[in-house]
Amino acid sequence: MADPMRIRAAERDGVVNVKILMSHEMETGQRKDGSGKIVPAHFISKVTATHQGRTVLSAQWGPAVAKNPFLEFNFKGGKKGDRIAITWEDNKGETRTDETTIN
Amino acid sequence: MKPTNLTAVLAGIAAIAAGCASMSDQEASQKALQLMKASFNERGQAKLERLDQDETQKLCSKPPAQELAKEAAARIEKQNLASIRYPADGKLIGDWKSGERIAQNGQGMQFNDDPKRPSGANCYACHQLSKAEISYGTIGPSLYNFGKLRGTSEPIQRYTYGKVYNSQAFTACSNMPRFGHNGILTEQQIKDVTALLLDPDSPVNK
Amino acid sequence: MMRRTMAAAVLAAGAVLGAAAQSNPEAEIAKYREALAAGNPAELWEARGEALWKQKRGPKAASLEACDLGKGAGVVNGAYAELPRYFADADRVMDLETRLVHCMVALQGLRFEDATKRPFGAGTNRSDFESLAAWITAESRGVTMNVALSHPKEREAYQLGEKMFYFRGGPHDFACATCHAENSKRIRLQDLPNLTEKAGAQLAYTTWPAYRVSQGELRTFQWRLNDCYRQQRFPDLKFASDASIALTAFLARNANGATFNAPAIKR
Repeated sequence: MADPMRIRAAERDGVVNVKILMSHEMETGQRKDGSGKIVPAHFISKVTATHQGRTVLSAQWGPAVAKNPFLEFNFKGGKKGDRIAITWEDNKGETRTDETTIN
Repeated sequence: MKPTNLTAVLAGIAAIAAGCASMSDQEASQKALQLMKASFNERGQAKLERLDQDETQKLCSKPPAQELAKEAAARIEKQNLASIRYPADGKLIGDWKSGERIAQNGQGMQFNDDPKRPSGANCYACHQLSKAEISYGTIGPSLYNFGKLRGTSEPIQRYTYGKVYNSQAFTACSNMPRFGHNGILTEQQIKDVTALLLDPDSPVNK
Repeated sequence: MMRRTMAAAVLAAGAVLGAAAQSNPEAEIAKYREALAAGNPAELWEARGEALWKQKRGPKAASLEACDLGKGAGVVNGAYAELPRYFADADRVMDLETRLVHCMVALQGLRFEDATKRPFGAGTNRSDFESLAAWITAESRGVTMNVALSHPKEREAYQLGEKMFYFRGGPHDFACATCHAENSKRIRLQDLPNLTEKAGAQLAYTTWPAYRVSQGELRTFQWRLNDCYRQQRFPDLKFASDASIALTAFLARNANGATFNAPAIKR
């Protein structure tokens, strides 16, 4: 089970700012280990953010995104107290979903 | 009590009090060395012998604020000058292209380095050399136009080669590693670095 | 949509950096650091560290919550700003990692060899010390550095650490002082703090531990000392060794008066 994400969501003037820190190796599949073998690619390929069931962000990622990625975005229509959920899925099919309350 | 005895007793108390407060400088040096020997493990090519200091290192292990005695500085320079081995064939200038590679290479002699691979000199860590390389350090002076400013006379060649071989021959307690004396670079590598500095075709002199 | 915008942003950033880098590398690096500061992955280690502190482990099935880091059993807030310090129950000066090892052995019943098996993590092979240090140091964020020299062993540690700082050795004749005893110097493009002066010592010590982007890991002060010695061509500095504690005591004490501001993020 992957480590939980750290999510912060704050609403101001009708706009919700969301900051997410994800724990993931984001291995590109280009690196070689000490013995010269390729370290297999292992990276987040999809990120989805939902607010009350409505998708507010959908992203397709690749190996260019850094290890332990930080994502920040804004969306309209959320209110303090609403729940938002973030889901990532990686190229190995592993997935993780975390939620937070907008404050 | 007679006055002389009282003085002696007071002096004794003062001495003991001073000893309790902190170690003497020499005691501290000895104790620090003991501490270090017990606190390091051998690893890869880095053996514990690396903690044994030669006289130069011992004398130079002082805060910069402490002035090195003139005669100590002179002794260091004399000993290190005597250690310089110039090439038997008398040719001091090698290939500057190889010299540039050596100047860029920061590997060698670390506990994770492969001892079979040649070391670099890592010149750019501390010095500016060619104009094109903007990623340079400032621990040492800029060497840009080193040869252009000095020419390539025989004394300059001997000084340059000698400085790379053993920088403390010219500056006691220099921060620069003694590349030849401590076996970091080979004779050919030092010739190549000398070329990087002196060859008119070298980017350093353009 | 996201991918195209991100790609465009990355290209734009690259172009700006390329042009400006010629004129002022330090300013561009400062901008890069500022951009990184939001979303410091160190928080992931802090979360793990807090969980480890509270987790019952070892033969004694105990947590570390009764561990005394110098301000009383279980008091974590502000503790790092006073370390290293003398601990009467061990009759020695200890830094954070040494004290954690002590508590793992005394409270949790772990063997010293097992507790210190992995001081520095690599990818999914994590080090408990890095996680614990991230959380414990975060609990000293904003606190003024206040390392005491009241006990004779604390004074001795400081004096020995100072000797180590100036000790020139190895095939390159390097000491800590070779790189860290002058103002406004840098190796390649990495600025070097002058650790012999207040300002430099304060800036350096209060920003460790840090998430090292180039390592992709949260690195502690023990790691920093070990890696400095590797680059100085010295042998391997033992984790939580007396020498590492002495050198830490010297450098931490020199930072007194500064506001602690870690875990930070570094290149």
